[in-house]
Amino acid sequence: MNDPLHISLAGNPNSGKTTLFNHLTGARQHVGNYPGVTVDKKEGTLTHNNHQLNVVDLPGTYSLTAYSVEELVARDYLVNEQPDVVVDIVDASNLERNLYLTCQFLELGVPLVIALNMVDVAEKRGISINTDKLSKLLGVPVIPIVARTGQGVDELIDIVLAVSRESEHPPTLLRYGPDIDQGLSDIVPLIEQNKLLAGIYPSRWTGLKILENDEQILDKAMGEDPTLTQQLIDRSETLTHHLQSTIDAYPEAVIADHRYGFIKSILRQGVVTRIFDTDRLYASDKIDKIVTNRVIGPLIMAAILFGLYSFTFNYSTFFVEWLSSFFEFLSSSADTMLPDGPVKSMIISGVIDGVGGVLGFVPIIMFMFFGIAVLEDSGYLARVAFMMDRIFHFFGLHGSSVMPFIVSGGIAGGCAVPGVMATRTLRSPKERIATLLTVPFMNCGAKLPVLTLLIGAFFSAHQARYMFLATVAAWIVALLAAKFLRMTVLKGESTPFVMELPPYRFPTIRGLLIHTWERTWQYIKKAGTVILGISILLWALMTYPVLPTDRAAEFDTMRQQISASQSTNNAAELLIIDGLEAEAGLRNSIAGRIGIGLESVSRYAGFDWRTNIALVGGFAAKEVIVSTLGTAYSLGEVDPENTTSLTDRLAKDAHWNPVVALSVLAFIMFYAPCFVTVVAIANEAGSWKWAFFSMGFNTLFALIMSIAIYQIGTLLGLG
Amino acid sequence: MNIRHMQSGQSGTISSINIGGKIGLRLREMGLIPGTEVTVTGRAPLHDPVKLRINGQTLTLRNNEADHIELTTTAESR
Repeated sequence: MNDPLHISLAGNPNSGKTTLFNHLTGARQHVGNYPGVTVDKKEGTLTHNNHQLNVVDLPGTYSLTAYSVEELVARDYLVNEQPDVVVDIVDASNLERNLYLTCQFLELGVPLVIALNMVDVAEKRGISINTDKLSKLLGVPVIPIVARTGQGVDELIDIVLAVSRESEHPPTLLRYGPDIDQGLSDIVPLIEQNKLLAGIYPSRWTGLKILENDEQILDKAMGEDPTLTQQLIDRSETLTHHLQSTIDAYPEAVIADHRYGFIKSILRQGVVTRIFDTDRLYASDKIDKIVTNRVIGPLIMAAILFGLYSFTFNYSTFFVEWLSSFFEFLSSSADTMLPDGPVKSMIISGVIDGVGGVLGFVPIIMFMFFGIAVLEDSGYLARVAFMMDRIFHFFGLHGSSVMPFIVSGGIAGGCAVPGVMATRTLRSPKERIATLLTVPFMNCGAKLPVLTLLIGAFFSAHQARYMFLATVAAWIVALLAAKFLRMTVLKGESTPFVMELPPYRFPTIRGLLIHTWERTWQYIKKAGTVILGISILLWALMTYPVLPTDRAAEFDTMRQQISASQSTNNAAELLIIDGLEAEAGLRNSIAGRIGIGLESVSRYAGFDWRTNIALVGGFAAKEVIVSTLGTAYSLGEVDPENTTSLTDRLAKDAHWNPVVALSVLAFIMFYAPCFVTVVAIANEAGSWKWAFFSMGFNTLFALIMSIAIYQIGTLLGLG
Repeated sequence: MNIRHMQSGQSGTISSINIGGKIGLRLREMGLIPGTEVTVTGRAPLHDPVKLRINGQTLTLRNNEADHIELTTTAESR
């Protein structure tokens, strides 16, 4: 046994699977994705008695149906990768339900070892389990462990090594009642004779899945042998009709009930002994009485969410500022060290700003994921989903959508990048896509300086009120957009909400650090490469083509005239020339030409080419809108933190008025997310399709809003 | 008896689950099978979803999902 041994950890959510994985592999783990889906694939290694083990943590599931991505991923992994041993983590205090999954591993015939976890908790609850007997009746080894402390884990690995040496692991034959059993004995011989999906699945298992009407298996079988499959489906339908008319049940329900029957028959044979009555309130129930109370619960939740928010955005500020001053230092070093020219401009505006843009988010992402990991690992996140589901379900979302919304700017000043990444806690695919497409509508921290600028210039008398209205408007628009998406492109039944409220637990520091780091690293790795490229592209758009030599010469002549004149404020006049040249340069660039070209559409919303260029620049990061507007109005680079000159300029400009300002405000709030968010959407949705959709859909939506505001406002003579 | 009409603190035994497909399987996977004793332990602030205790664990489900579960109520506590 020189080769590393491949073992998989499988089990129900909340069974302690991840705790065992962290205990086994520690820091020697990394996270990737399963091909084509956004389910995390955690892998790690460990050495035990000179044996090298590769461990894969499969997604936590309750079953192995084709109904959820996690279950399909787990099932396909077991079938295609054929791990040497599958360790099934079973929660000792909830044997019956946990063994339901075990049953399906037995049906599939994988080399199995059961890790009976949390035996200490079960004992405290008065449950004693005869592991030897359980092992004998199931026909697989059962090892009691406590994953949190590591108790029994060494013995578990010893047994895993022993099982890996065995060669045969035949599927266990379960009985599913006379009707199903008859159906199976009709179709299994046909599957065997024709070698349908032979070599991939055990034939009885294929038969069972056909009777269960399993979409994936039916598709595969159809692809291999359509006539035979149709024959099998016909037989399966006869059985369905028979069961419907006799006992009013579906085959998959009958099969499930018989799996439970098998489990119960085992547990009744003296496997479980209740030493004392379990019908008392556990600590978790006591906490829940207060924390999910119908009146106090929402107040506590508001306080906790606000706390998470303040923690993320206040405490990360120090690191964000440290990073940004570091990148400013890099910029100024490059400025002094490199010769003037396009290379210098690209390195400063393209590379350093681009990489700085990516890394600038890192502290926020780390703090946010740390906060979310605390809420998730302690069990509180499930309670939030429980309390908020009624509202979010109304808009076609899920209770768990609340966290991404808050983080993205539900309380003004968040950030959509960690918000989009936080949708990972959502298990319902359609609700998840709808959430990650609508969270960018929230007012993130980068939109705030732009909103402040416009509100300050045109609605300074009611500044606070307009800022508050902007937050409310963002919520309303985001939720309605979600409803719209769920009624159109994401149409379909909502995913069943049925979920477990896990007992409250103290998160382990190790678990928290591992969770935080793995997600942050994934962000840096994936986002970094793409974002650097887009950043350089945007820089090129706003720089090229450079002003023709004769135009540039005109500005030089003007400079010389000023220098030659005896005027007292030469420096100020030179700055004005610099500003005019920058404006001319921007206007001449590809972005400027795009801006001018877009005027044919954007004039219906009241935007001129200067606003258009700023909006194009805003795709890099929303705060860039302020500095680009500054350049377009020949004020030079405007610092987003200090916009007095630009505020005055806009307030006095003949083109601008309150209606235009409102129209631009609406557009900035709702148009395409910045490209860092777009990349995050592509990563989380698993395809660029949704990233492009979000750019197109949001921009179109924002344009319609702005045109409506501008046209109605102008008609009413408010301009 | 239906979970929608049960009070917090009321218990019952599942007599049947009248739905197949995705929801039907999901309910069964979570341990909601005929013969299991269920106690309603609370509801969300807006009355939906509902919180249940079965086999020593706490489950939550929406009212429209709970509607498929038929129970015979036993004793009423509180």
